[in-house]
Amino acid sequence: MKRSLPLAMLLALGLAPAARAANEADYKTAYFAAEAASKEAASLRHQWTVTVSALAAAKKAGDGGDFDRAVAAAKQAEALAKASIFQAISEKEAWKAMEIR
Amino acid sequence: MKARISLLLGSLSAALVAFALASPRVVAADKVDPIADAKAFQNFFFQKFPTVKHEDFVNGPYSMNEDMKRQWQEKEEFPPYEFALDAGKEMFATPFKNGKTYADCFPNGGIGVRQNYPYFDEKEGKVVTLELALNRCREANGEAPYSYVKDEMASLTAYMAFTSRGKPMDIKIPDDPRALAAFENGKRYFYTRRGQMNFSCASCHVQSPGERIRAEILAPALGILNAMPIYRSEWSGMGTTTRRFVTCNSQTRAVPLEPQADEYRDVEYFLSYVANGLPISGPGARP
Repeated sequence: MKRSLPLAMLLALGLAPAARAANEADYKTAYFAAEAASKEAASLRHQWTVTVSALAAAKKAGDGGDFDRAVAAAKQAEALAKASIFQAISEKEAWKAMEIR
Repeated sequence: MKARISLLLGSLSAALVAFALASPRVVAADKVDPIADAKAFQNFFFQKFPTVKHEDFVNGPYSMNEDMKRQWQEKEEFPPYEFALDAGKEMFATPFKNGKTYADCFPNGGIGVRQNYPYFDEKEGKVVTLELALNRCREANGEAPYSYVKDEMASLTAYMAFTSRGKPMDIKIPDDPRALAAFENGKRYFYTRRGQMNFSCASCHVQSPGERIRAEILAPALGILNAMPIYRSEWSGMGTTTRRFVTCNSQTRAVPLEPQADEYRDVEYFLSYVANGLPISGPGARP
């Protein structure tokens, strides 16, 4: 019984998914997705300053080889860009609710 | 059975009457009607602030707060935009390299004409603002255009506004579907939420005039452009209408458009038109 506990712990640790450090490929995938969403937001004339900053931060971290930080920033940029796209689409009609009539 | 049929017929007739009454309103609401829009816009502010004199709305936050108004009136004895006025007057009179001046580009030699800008240029099919007209004048005379957000442009427009003080805003919308579309586009831009803060121009200047946003008191949208350009203590300098739009966008965390983008030109057209009849008060001074 005493022996089986450390063995079970080792087994559990071995089976647990390891938190892998991000690599360049992960960064590039995340960055391209964020960049595409950001370009779409810009084409709708609804770009947010925070998207641009997050994208720039992702590039800076990626260029410096800090891929964990780069992936995190790229994912943040993508989420922000998608929110701005949603805003642009919903505001096509929603603005009328605010109009003085 | 008979009673049920009459009840059904009665309900149907009531529904038809209601539909007939509602339909024209829906059509009217979707039709571009600048006159009705301007009337509704002005009435909204007149009713929201019944004690503010109509012509006082052009003084922005000072029309909303008595203390601020007193401070401003004292400041007006030595106005902070005076240096820009002097510079603008000199620039306006100084000939270009070809010997011509700004006066050659504008009706009435550019004096007392601020209230007619922006206008809709039927040849170009677009709105032309005063700032745009000034740069076009420069380019037509072989000079490089000025930045739309810097001091030279603010000085020139300050001088032109000063010569027009007290004249009622008088923006025309010609009977041209492109002009109506520009007005509508400007209105849409004014009410559309943008930026991470999810604010429209109306969020501050329609829903909250007179309220504080941090240390500042928000100006009403009515007559907001009549005071342009303005000296802003926050900027420690003069600001053009373009600079005002760019800054507003940035404050909502939206990437500003390029100066004199169609949307900016159109929103200036919309805001100026709905302020028709209110006096030009520019150049102004704001906290």
